[in-house]
Amino acid sequence: MTQLDNGLGDEVLRRKAIEAASTVVDPEIPVLTIADLGVLRDVTVQGGHVRVDITPTYSGCPAMNMIAVEIDLALSRAGIEDKEVRTVLAPAWTTDWMTEEGRRKLREYGVAPPQPGTGRRALFGQDVVACPQCGSTQTHQLAEFGSTSCKALWRCESCREPFDYFKCH
Amino acid sequence: MTTTSIRVVETPLVLYALRRADDALVLGHRLSEWCGHAPALEEDMALANIGLDLLGQARSLYSYAAEMEAAGHTEDDFAFHRDAPQYRNLLLAELPNGDFARTILRQFFYAAFADLYWRAMMASPDPTLAAIAAKSEKETAYHLRHSAEWVIRLGDGTEESHRRAADAVAYLWPYTGEMFEADAAERALVDAGTVLDPAGFRDAWDKTVSDILAEATLEKPAAGWMQQGGRSGRHSEHLGHLLAVMQSVPRAIPGATW
Ligand SMILES: [Zn+2]
Repeated sequence: MTQLDNGLGDEVLRRKAIEAASTVVDPEIPVLTIADLGVLRDVTVQGGHVRVDITPTYSGCPAMNMIAVEIDLALSRAGIEDKEVRTVLAPAWTTDWMTEEGRRKLREYGVAPPQPGTGRRALFGQDVVACPQCGSTQTHQLAEFGSTSCKALWRCESCREPFDYFKCH
Repeated sequence: MTTTSIRVVETPLVLYALRRADDALVLGHRLSEWCGHAPALEEDMALANIGLDLLGQARSLYSYAAEMEAAGHTEDDFAFHRDAPQYRNLLLAELPNGDFARTILRQFFYAAFADLYWRAMMASPDPTLAAIAAKSEKETAYHLRHSAEWVIRLGDGTEESHRRAADAVAYLWPYTGEMFEADAAERALVDAGTVLDPAGFRDAWDKTVSDILAEATLEKPAAGWMQQGGRSGRHSEHLGHLLAVMQSVPRAIPGATW
């Protein structure tokens, strides 16, 4: 094989690997793929060896191990055996990396998406969070720490439904 | 027969990372002890969540220490195969939970420091430390807000909650000074510009603590004599008991996986 053929083969393999890895979903929020979340950072191929870089959402997120295993399985199913999944810390993940598509899916799933571009909020300030059920902003926080590290528990005053809010990070 | 404790080559950077990792692991473990025992379901989840964040921070820092030491150790070796004298955490982190007020005040004193420190460390020229700081500072901002709100509620609450919060402040205060200590090894890193001197955050910490305690109608103690020793492995009796619980399974069944 010539060098050029190798390069072309790698590019085809890379596209195949991206396609496979992109189907993996967050086990806690199964409507979101890791691509929607911005957790899938990079896929590189060198000499037929596939490397998938992921970045943790939260330091202690227990879903990360599961996601790494799922990526490995997805690549196997796509016929890719020479592979590794690597966790990279820099640059640090932020909810700003969540795609528009991801935010829409979250809302439909009943979870209020994080507000984009908020950056670091004033420590004792409070967000205005729209209810994912009815859109009302007459909502308030019930608990800062919810069912998973990424969520807070809120309630809507208009429709009286409680809902999860994906916290800004 | 397995050895009880691994030998770590503590270069200044390895020692620096282990100290912060040990703070996070030991404090996170303390919070996990509340699981199923907190005064309300929301608090059970909050303390477990905060503990989980700290465990995650510890894992990143241990992995970094392992990489810097380059002696084949893993994050698990550092957590499970060092004895108390090899632990480098602040004494504050290992103090028993006591009542809810003591746990909250301990968290508040630590978070008020960690929040400032990690935010500033995001500018470290060391990309791994900067990335760990970027993750930690956001998490710690939530921890600080949570604990500060509770300090106010307890201090400015009932007669009993005020008394318990005031007792907690008095008990914990002598352990707060150690957060601002830096020894020669650490000062070398500070001089090289890799890390920040914790002493530089004392005034800002003092202001946060003064403001919140005042709002909580709690008296801030005078500076006074401060306990130290955790950074060099001289611990209270409490750490050994904590490690005995935390390390029992990996030491009884080395290499076990599930
Ligand atoms: Zn609603």
